[in-house]
Amino acid sequence: MKIFEPEIIAFCCHYCAYTAADMAGSKRIFYPPNIKIIRVPCTGKVAAIHILKALEKGADGVYVAGCLDGDCHFKNGNTRARQRIKYLQDYLMDIGWETERLAMINMSAGMGEYFAKTALEFTDTIRRLGPNPVKKIIEKQTAI
Amino acid sequence: MITAEQKPIREIINYVSPYNRILLVGCNECVTVCAAGGQKEVGILASVLKLNFLKQGKILEINEITLQRQCDPEFIEQLSPHLDRADAILSLACGCGVQTIASRYKDKIVFPAVNTKFMGASESQGIWAERCQGCGDCMLGITGGICPVARCSKHLLNGPCGGTSNGKCEIDSDVDCAWTLIWDRLKALGMEDRYEEIIEAKDWRPAGGGGPRKIIRKDLVL
Repeated sequence: MKIFEPEIIAFCCHYCAYTAADMAGSKRIFYPPNIKIIRVPCTGKVAAIHILKALEKGADGVYVAGCLDGDCHFKNGNTRARQRIKYLQDYLMDIGWETERLAMINMSAGMGEYFAKTALEFTDTIRRLGPNPVKKIIEKQTAI
Repeated sequence: MITAEQKPIREIINYVSPYNRILLVGCNECVTVCAAGGQKEVGILASVLKLNFLKQGKILEINEITLQRQCDPEFIEQLSPHLDRADAILSLACGCGVQTIASRYKDKIVFPAVNTKFMGASESQGIWAERCQGCGDCMLGITGGICPVARCSKHLLNGPCGGTSNGKCEIDSDVDCAWTLIWDRLKALGMEDRYEEIIEAKDWRPAGGGGPRKIIRKDLVL
């Protein structure tokens, strides 16, 4: 049986999470290739529509990775991002989607190991949930 | 501004579920400011609706448009070229916008996607509070700029009542007593004597007691 390999979008802030991912790479720490990183200046810049569009286009999971609480380079962008994730999770719950497909993670620039660990955990969660339900329809449309 | 809140998504889904093509219309005025029905909210709602129906195997076609104002016929006209491709209209404007669309396009069903709440002001980021009830006979000039009609739970014109406690209203300890605010303000302005004057019973006809209201500016009428 073919193992389901999820496609995961990770919006990573330039100052912390992206640097942590970079560090994971420099230290040769394995993290799943399922994670596609999009670097953003701050997680506060990730609008709700960016996340929804990722899901609409077939991403199996999306997470936003920002600085530790209180350490945002732009003061409170990560706090805003967390509020936004909660807002979208409520929407997802209302329309019968698993809220676990969406997550907010915080880390500092030096936490390369933690980046890899959370990437693994999130990938496992999504693998357990299965593919994004819209994928089938997108594939059908593409086939036409 | 007129404030509004998006309706529960399940209610909106129930409205649009019989249809395949929706014209989703936002408004760039009040509902944009209170983050209920501007361009951004149109995009989010369209995406959430698509996700909902895609999960059920249905492709919902949504055409997104945000008008400068939905309560003016001139702007509503901009919807005309898009109506052929829509089975129903979903409006994110206040009740005035929904009704303007309904009166212009009589053969298309229009659904509201927000609940219009009140005339309010922004207290801080993300918080809006009622400040005016449109009573049609503004009395802010004699109450120190604080409205007892909108902000006193009993709309008392001579207050406070016995339910005031440490500057808060008896209905909720988070609600300011309007009459305490008025007194404090008059005192700060050195206008305590104004408080002594009894305000006579208000004529509520301009407030809507005389039926639906209308303003006619003869100099502007064409």
